[in-house]
Amino acid sequence: MNLAPKVPSGPLEEKWTRYRSTVKLVSPANKGNFTVIVVGTGLAGASAAATLADLGYNVLVFCFQDSARRAHSVAAQGGINAAKNYRNDGDSTMRLFSETVAGGDFRSREANVYRLAEISGGIIDQCVAQGVPFAREYSGYLANRSFGGSLVSRTFYCRGQTGQQLLLGAYSALCHQVTLGRVKVFARTEMLDLVVAGGRARGIVTRDLVTGRVEAHAADAVLLATGGYANVFFLSTNARGANATAIWRAYRRGAGFANPCFTQIHPTCIPQSGHYQSKLPLMSEALRNDGRVWVPKLKGDTRDPAEIPESERDYYLERMYPGYGNLAPRDIASRATKRVCDEGYGVGVSGRGVYLDLTGATARLGEDAVRERYGNLFEMYECITGEEPWKAPMRIYPAPHYTMGGLWVDYGLQSTIAGLFVLGEANFSDHGANRLGASALMQGLADGYFIIPYTLGEYFAGAILEKVSPADQKFTEAQKEVEDRVARLLSVQGRRTVDSFHRELGAVLWEHCGMSRDAAGLRAATGKIRALRGQFWEDVRVPGDAADLNQELEKAGRVADYLELGELMCRDALAREESCGCHFREEFQTTDGEAMRDDGRFCHVAVWEFAAEDREPARYVEPLTFEAVKPAERSYK
Amino acid sequence: MRLTLHIWRQRNRNDRGRFVKYEINDVSPDMSFLEMLDVLNQRLIEHGEEPVAFEHDCREGICGCCGMVINGVANGPEKGTTVCQLHLRHFRDGDVIYIEPWRSRAFPAIKDLVVDRSALDRIMQAGGFISVRAGSAPEANTVLIPKETAELAMDAAGCIGCGACVASCPNGAAALFVAAKISHLGLLPQGQPERHRRARAMVRQMDREGFGACSNHRECEAVCPKRISIRFIALANRDFLKESLAPSEATSGKAKNAKK
Ligand SMILES: Cc1cc2nc3c(=O)[nH]c(=O)nc-3n(C[C@H](O)[C@H](O)[C@H](O)COP(=O)(O)OP(=O)(O)OC[C@H]3O[C@@H](n4cnc5c(N)ncnc54)[C@H](O)[C@@H]3O)c2cc1C
Ligand code: FES
Repeated sequence: MNLAPKVPSGPLEEKWTRYRSTVKLVSPANKGNFTVIVVGTGLAGASAAATLADLGYNVLVFCFQDSARRAHSVAAQGGINAAKNYRNDGDSTMRLFSETVAGGDFRSREANVYRLAEISGGIIDQCVAQGVPFAREYSGYLANRSFGGSLVSRTFYCRGQTGQQLLLGAYSALCHQVTLGRVKVFARTEMLDLVVAGGRARGIVTRDLVTGRVEAHAADAVLLATGGYANVFFLSTNARGANATAIWRAYRRGAGFANPCFTQIHPTCIPQSGHYQSKLPLMSEALRNDGRVWVPKLKGDTRDPAEIPESERDYYLERMYPGYGNLAPRDIASRATKRVCDEGYGVGVSGRGVYLDLTGATARLGEDAVRERYGNLFEMYECITGEEPWKAPMRIYPAPHYTMGGLWVDYGLQSTIAGLFVLGEANFSDHGANRLGASALMQGLADGYFIIPYTLGEYFAGAILEKVSPADQKFTEAQKEVEDRVARLLSVQGRRTVDSFHRELGAVLWEHCGMSRDAAGLRAATGKIRALRGQFWEDVRVPGDAADLNQELEKAGRVADYLELGELMCRDALAREESCGCHFREEFQTTDGEAMRDDGRFCHVAVWEFAAEDREPARYVEPLTFEAVKPAERSYK
Repeated sequence: MRLTLHIWRQRNRNDRGRFVKYEINDVSPDMSFLEMLDVLNQRLIEHGEEPVAFEHDCREGICGCCGMVINGVANGPEKGTTVCQLHLRHFRDGDVIYIEPWRSRAFPAIKDLVVDRSALDRIMQAGGFISVRAGSAPEANTVLIPKETAELAMDAAGCIGCGACVASCPNGAAALFVAAKISHLGLLPQGQPERHRRARAMVRQMDREGFGACSNHRECEAVCPKRISIRFIALANRDFLKESLAPSEATSGKAKNAKK
């Protein structure tokens, strides 16, 4: 597998500028001869589609929701980073870059991260111009808040609805291009396979979710911006429909899958309260700006939190990580929370919870000020739990949230299949082994607005692309395979629901491939997942038929893919014999329980190549080298 | 808790549809309304029946997928909430609950509780944007926006496009949806150049899609899960009227384009 990262030469600070000024271009008159498929309308997909159309390409856009505006990005809450240094507090491109590399525990590609930091400011300019109503100071200037893993305040936000507003900005740009006739949007249409012809990605096979029609679409390049796979755990903070099918199908067609075991468990989510629960809503990291995390010092203390005096509270993040306190990065905060709960200090009926306390901030700043900053988050908490966070601390616990792993891409966002580009959370990209808060929105928009327009142009300018059509054999074969698989899912007619398999898979992964992992557990999990996959294909029950809106059928296809992906996650976690970022192997820790990296053996991206069904996938590596920031032990103390 | 549900079942657009009664007797008050439907659906599948189709995604009140009419009220009895955020603690043990889809001329039925809301997308495509190219934006802090203006724009921008306003309106108007977008962009300095033509294009498209006219029933405001105020309708009307009285060159061109 060719894993050449194709990073431009020259000093770090000049790579992107050099790339842009020397990259081959497609003539304006010629752009209209190229058709680009964009799967996904989240921040990455919508921004890419709108920008490419604006440049003159023909763009076909796909999403499974009924409208492009509902992509999962809409749910992002806290904010988006940019190294504007509006606060004069020491921010710079270099600092955002080095914090992101360190935050990712030195498992990301330096050149990509630097470019991300460099582009970040332009994203804010673009969004403001589109009418994104970012929070402002009384002076009319843009306001900022702080996020974890950073000592500067560089996060831009729209109350607790930043993702919604950024997405509406990108969606409105997309709408404009639809009116101009350069974009065609296929909503309620799910990509179920990738078509590779002549060694290049040339199309996709989709199913119309309303009519059931399976169809092939041809193009000159395919962009996947299909989001992350945290839903593999069943319970997560992600939208229910978020899934791995697009990237998994591409993996099976030859795209390398990088670091599948790098999954972010977010420290502050609403804990599980019943078996019927369908998701674990996030309480944004922004709350840790003004909130303090604590547990009672006494094990099993069931007193009302208000009755527990200060001296009997353990503000464990402040105690363990005085340098960053409540703003310690997510992997660190989650693990600390798990530890205090494992030791018996957890609160709530299950003991799987800690307090996130904003009552002090409310008393200090007043209810109005707190409401203005976090109003909708508080309402959400109240809605779900029936408790008022103004008056009593919230109860929170870590939950699966984001996936740093994804399809491997080079500097130009191209996967190991020529002509297949991967953007946003779907690629493995810039966050290494742990993502810092407010950087996914930044990455998605950087990929879409500012990177892909150049790198896709370079691909087209340098490639000779033969004409293809959905009637070609590669297309009809792929279409037939999709139809057969749909028929097979419907034909099992067993006894168990799709959800029951998904829950069981999620429980296995949470137990063995969640916040802490060890070799024995990972081996056991692999066996369990394989067995579960066997049962699935023998005993799943999918009601209804294929020629209709059939939501169980949609879910069944996604869960079938998760049952394969889950195994790869465990395999990857087993092979990585070190602890780094989110990936905590019990066997590899310092005496005070911190992650112990092994830079000698594992300073690389692990990339998996699909072999045939039931053959072991092959593991390749892209070595990582660090020039600007030297790998050091991360310290947030 | 024990509940009796009457749920609208309709195979597809051509089917006439009917209410079907389901008894459900072991749900917890801490469940969300959608989790109750999940439980019902799991049971239906286990009994070899087809589950109830309903839309949902984020389950935290922001994607706008999950709208339905509960006991005659769009999005149910709690003010300012989407259905995914409605919890059973707001119902009483033994309650009888009628659940049906949005009903509006502009939202054709698809299946059970799922309808086609693409008319809202087409209104946005007609003019719900500021035309700005990636790369041409000025430095963000060169445009100062008073905090009050930004907050007001944000109040309007919070619309999740669920369509409850349409479903609750006796005339089937989309006035609140359209006004929220016109106001959001029209309040901001960046939105000024296209302000009037935007209002006009969006309102025209709304008419074309078969939405009714607003006659100030205020039902929309009462059911809006994001509590968007009908003050925005008055605000947007001003932009629209101004444009109708003195249409700009560009608008007339654009309107011609949109027609074809
Ligand atoms: C609750 C929550 C809060 C968050 N808050 C923040 C925050 O404050 N700051 C931050 O930086 N990040 C945040 N994140 C992370 C961030 O929101 C996501 O990483 C980011 O939005 C992903 O964007 P995306 O464009 O890559 O994909 P998504 O927004 O997930 O979009 C995926 C798109 O792909 C489509 N799709 C997927 N599969 C298929 C298929 N097979 N066929 C057709 N279409 C398909 C979907 O329809 C959708 O349009 C948050 C995440 C969550 C869950
Ligand atoms: S499911 Fe997203 S608003 Fe209800």
